[in-house]
Amino acid sequence: MIKISTDAYEAMRKHGEATYPHECCGVLLGRFEEDGSRVVSSAVRCGNMRTDSPQNRYQIDPHELVRIQREGRDRDEDIIGFYHSHPDHPAQWSTTDLVEAHWFGCSYIITAVDNGRAVLTNSFLLMGSEDQDKHFSEERIVLVQNDLAKTAV
Amino acid sequence: MAKVHIPTPLRQYAGSQPAVTVKGGTVAEALSSLVAIHPELRRHLYTDEGKLRAFVNVYLNDEDIRYLEKENTALADGDTISIVPSIAGGR
Repeated sequence: MIKISTDAYEAMRKHGEATYPHECCGVLLGRFEEDGSRVVSSAVRCGNMRTDSPQNRYQIDPHELVRIQREGRDRDEDIIGFYHSHPDHPAQWSTTDLVEAHWFGCSYIITAVDNGRAVLTNSFLLMGSEDQDKHFSEERIVLVQNDLAKTAV
Repeated sequence: MAKVHIPTPLRQYAGSQPAVTVKGGTVAEALSSLVAIHPELRRHLYTDEGKLRAFVNVYLNDEDIRYLEKENTALADGDTISIVPSIAGGR
């Protein structure tokens, strides 16, 4: 299960609509709770480096990740996941998504954007510990009030 | 001394710490100190041939070491190293 503030959830979906027909991408900042669940407080927009094929590929500039990681640290938050969109394609992980996934224990959230409108949003937790055994496990998204996401520990 | 920031997926191999302070005159020496302290990190950062894995980006402060002198880049006291696995995909 991943808990997401309503603001972060809407921000992800709006980003997918804004970049349609290209894929959007971004970083989810938040906290790990004692029971192992994660709470996303904000979705940080990133640019898509894959200007060669932005309609079906995305890549986040690691320089942006370093900056976002630092901003998270200043707020006592961590990178706990990422999001991207699938324009005119289901909200399911693809082979490319799995091959390129390296943040174990983090969530990869995908929003399907059909004809410019965000439809389904699904979250997949990257399980395993290395390339040989990695796999995605679909997880439930629970929306929480914005102030709860910010004060959760 | 340099501080190495550990990304969330690798902290379980680094004593659950978000950052580790290490000694070293270069990035290579600092990373070598890091895996000496936390040996479980080695296979997640390096191939069997001892090369940094392709998806592992290493930043010295705000610069990608690939655009500096790679792992031979010299460190100054108080420098910050960030280990940043890549983020990519698509349908």
